[in-house]
Amino acid sequence: MGNQYPKRGDLSRDASSRGGESEDSSGVSRREFLKISGASAAAPLLAGSLLAGSLAGESLVSESLVCGSTILAAGEVVPVYGPGPLPMEFSINGKEYKANLEPRVTLLDALRDQFDLTGAKRVCDRGECGACTVLVDNRTVYACSLLAIEAQGRQILTVESLMQRSALHPIQQAFVDHDASQCGFCTPGFVVACKAVLDKNPKPTVDDIRRGLSGNFCRCGTYHGIQQAMAQLALTQKT
Amino acid sequence: MPDYRWPDSEDRSLIGKRVPRVDSPLKVSGKAKYTYDVKRPEILFGKVLRCPYAHAKILSIDIRAAERMPGVKAVHVIQGPGSIIHWAGDDVAAVAAVDEVTAEEAIRAIEVKYQRLPHLVNDAEPPTDSDLARLPLGVDDINEMLDKGVPADELIRQIQREGVTARVSENELDELQTIGVNHAVLDAIRGAFVHPSGEVRRANYRKDPVQIQGEPEQAFAAADFIAEGLYGASAIAHCCLESHGSISEWTDRNHLLVHMSTQNVSGIAGQMAAPLRVPAANIRVHQDHVGGGFGSKFGPDRWGIAAAELSRKAGGRPVRIMLERDAELKVAGARPSAYARVKVGAKKDGTLLAWHSESWGTAGPGAGAMPPIPYVFDIPHQRLEYTAIRNHVGPARPWRGSNHSQAAVITMCALDDLAAKLKMDPLDFFLKNLALTGPMQDVYREEVEIAASLMEWKSKWRPWPKSGVSGVVRGVGFSIHTGGGRGHASDCDLSIHPDGSVEIKVATQDIGTGTRTIILMVAADTLGVPMESIALHIGDTLYPPSGGSGGSTTPGGVSASTRRAAVDARDALFARVASALSAQPEELESVNGTIRVKTDPQRWLSWQEACSKLGAISLNMRGRNPNRNTPPDLTGSGVGGVTMAEVEVDADTGVVRARKMVAVQDCGLILNRKLAESSCYGGLIMGISYALFEEKIMDRTSGQMLNPNMEFYRLAGFNDIPELVVHLMTGGKYDERGVIGIGEPPVISPGAAISNAVANAIGVRVPFLPLTPDRVLTALDSREQLLEKQPGA
Repeated sequence: MGNQYPKRGDLSRDASSRGGESEDSSGVSRREFLKISGASAAAPLLAGSLLAGSLAGESLVSESLVCGSTILAAGEVVPVYGPGPLPMEFSINGKEYKANLEPRVTLLDALRDQFDLTGAKRVCDRGECGACTVLVDNRTVYACSLLAIEAQGRQILTVESLMQRSALHPIQQAFVDHDASQCGFCTPGFVVACKAVLDKNPKPTVDDIRRGLSGNFCRCGTYHGIQQAMAQLALTQKT
Repeated sequence: MPDYRWPDSEDRSLIGKRVPRVDSPLKVSGKAKYTYDVKRPEILFGKVLRCPYAHAKILSIDIRAAERMPGVKAVHVIQGPGSIIHWAGDDVAAVAAVDEVTAEEAIRAIEVKYQRLPHLVNDAEPPTDSDLARLPLGVDDINEMLDKGVPADELIRQIQREGVTARVSENELDELQTIGVNHAVLDAIRGAFVHPSGEVRRANYRKDPVQIQGEPEQAFAAADFIAEGLYGASAIAHCCLESHGSISEWTDRNHLLVHMSTQNVSGIAGQMAAPLRVPAANIRVHQDHVGGGFGSKFGPDRWGIAAAELSRKAGGRPVRIMLERDAELKVAGARPSAYARVKVGAKKDGTLLAWHSESWGTAGPGAGAMPPIPYVFDIPHQRLEYTAIRNHVGPARPWRGSNHSQAAVITMCALDDLAAKLKMDPLDFFLKNLALTGPMQDVYREEVEIAASLMEWKSKWRPWPKSGVSGVVRGVGFSIHTGGGRGHASDCDLSIHPDGSVEIKVATQDIGTGTRTIILMVAADTLGVPMESIALHIGDTLYPPSGGSGGSTTPGGVSASTRRAAVDARDALFARVASALSAQPEELESVNGTIRVKTDPQRWLSWQEACSKLGAISLNMRGRNPNRNTPPDLTGSGVGGVTMAEVEVDADTGVVRARKMVAVQDCGLILNRKLAESSCYGGLIMGISYALFEEKIMDRTSGQMLNPNMEFYRLAGFNDIPELVVHLMTGGKYDERGVIGIGEPPVISPGAAISNAVANAIGVRVPFLPLTPDRVLTALDSREQLLEKQPGA
């Protein structure tokens, strides 16, 4: 794993940015990021400027972080974190969590290994399959593709947040009603992705649903059940 | 004699209904714990060093640097110096460390010297004669050919050409004579060249003995129309979303606890015992949920043994090895490829006469076998040739409906091409030849008619376009399939406790089957108590053994054994409470949480009151499947299904999109209609995926898989799924056949149906799946040439 950080929102996989260049003018698209990251050995200063933009510029890293040193990159002084563990704080499902993590740890691994929130699954570990989908500041994010260090100070919601005591969330109930899970390994990612679609538009069209869920894969073939569940939800949701 | 029969439809409270999957709430809430999610105290993380070469000999391994690294607790050599590697990514050594990154760094510190050997990873080209190693025939081969009725002159030709593996004794020849083998064949065996043992066994291509039925040469001569074509399906991966893996820990020097992602809970300990040198009885296997198997998770695998060895070296600490995604796609199994040149002939009226296939394919290092072609249709005259390719693409494993989807592509596409040549609607052509499908023909007839109506076939089908196509064109196609699905061996323990609670234990697994749901439905229906009141335990070798979930055998196996246990327990309870109701046990029934007299429902006890009469000791009954001592057989075998596809092909870009899919399927007695339908929807979707996208792409130069990730090993996504229609056959004559699993059958036909629909749209066959844009465009380009070659088309 490299030591460059993508800009905030780059790895979000909302319909607007997924599969193409980001519409967010301040952001660097995933594709551009990959280009930069591929070229970083030859152009370390360019990578450094990204780091500066994301960490120093947007204060994603809490003040308490132990910053070992700084480097001069593209004419700016940039802090360097790690490689050892650093104290980090997270807001997950409305609760505060603390852990000492190396800067290279992904949000997904932090959720699963540190906080035992295992609803988000590690399947591809490189932003291709959607099984680790969580919400960060209300936008869907592949948790495998966001470093934990960047997720600090942001509102993280995982599938575990949806149940109210023992009652299923309406999306979850619709999944049960329409048998939208077989082996179930992709299911938590889909449930979260569905929530993001409905949060954005309580009455999504078929195309909205297709676009919103096109970043998640299922192997057993449960798309039909998910489609039926979403159709039911679109009918019953209040606008 | 207890009455185990399935209840009549009017007496079923749950069986056959659309009952929601009982573990759905756990899955949708993220609470379901898969092996990947299991945490054990003091757990260590294992990583595997994999060979980068497709074919190589290991010369030396140096693990000292890895062993010295801080945080590394054990290093285990899986394949030592002298071992031959047969596929890129094969396991060489494993490391257990305190965290994943330390383990990764440690495997990079292991130094291995390899001697590279020549590799072969291509399989799509037909082998030429010079590639073929002649494989001498054994007595078994000769017997098999005799059983299949290969004519004497053909048999003699093969014996003379191939030779035999060992001198056949006069005693064996006498035996052959007594079963009616003629003298010319016996003489040929006597005079055959005997190959020195082991010679030619290592060749990449191995041609099987030719199989002949009837008189194919004469039948082709008598045919009015003959179609010839090339068909096939590439090797594809299982791509389970939860990768293969396990967590092993030694609870003492001789006892192992294994959490494993498997579709074969009861079958794992027996496979781990010998390599680990510990009795199977000392190995406990546990699994709550599994993230997909599809035929690839029946064994502990070498990495599973390695995890246990690492744990032993690390003082028994739990060691987890779960495959990385690239390894999952490279080494954890693949559906064997299958290709064929097919010639098929018919009379003017469409009556099928003759089939000749020269087929080939690879199952990796283990060669592999000819798919069951011609599929479903028993064409009277056949000549079957098959060449197994032993190569370095990686190991094959059964893939949802072993070899059937390949057989369907080869057969149904060849028949579809012949129908096109006859200028017949393939529907009429198939119906014309339906008698060749054997005892299931009435089922197929009924299903084809229903499917045609759901697809609106008659209004959508038109003959293949004669001239060139451009823009977006539509077509329809279909295929039929079969499947086994008889219930596997399964034991089930059912206890009724004095407090009224019910407990069931079966060492089965739920790979998406809905195993938990159907066990609970059968027990609740039989006992007359709510499903929620029954505690069900599966997924642990502490419970009675049950077969692996393969071959669509689980629903039949677990439902039959549960039914038997529940009937026995219910009858035993009746015997204990009959006197309290002043009745004979056989006069009682158990309905809606009460036990009552059938003829006088006013005389009843609540379930709790009845159970309290058991005293201190619980009732415990074991049900078994199969059980020939206590008929009837509650499960059946052999289903029929039809899949129809409507597609849209962009003739300019070669992109194919499914527009509508219809599946009509029978499965005997339906246990849970919702789950049976889900299996069909899933089959259609997985079918679209392998028809259009999936392929293990191998690099000839490096011998590596080029797309071991989920970006380029493409699964069908939400956006690729069209309107899906599923229709299940129901009613008395289907119920009578007992429970038959349909985990596999619905995935068999979509590939062939989609290929036929594409051919119908563009007027030319795209030979191989997946039907990627490049293949579609190549087929379109060659269309004019093909038309010239086949003036009858």
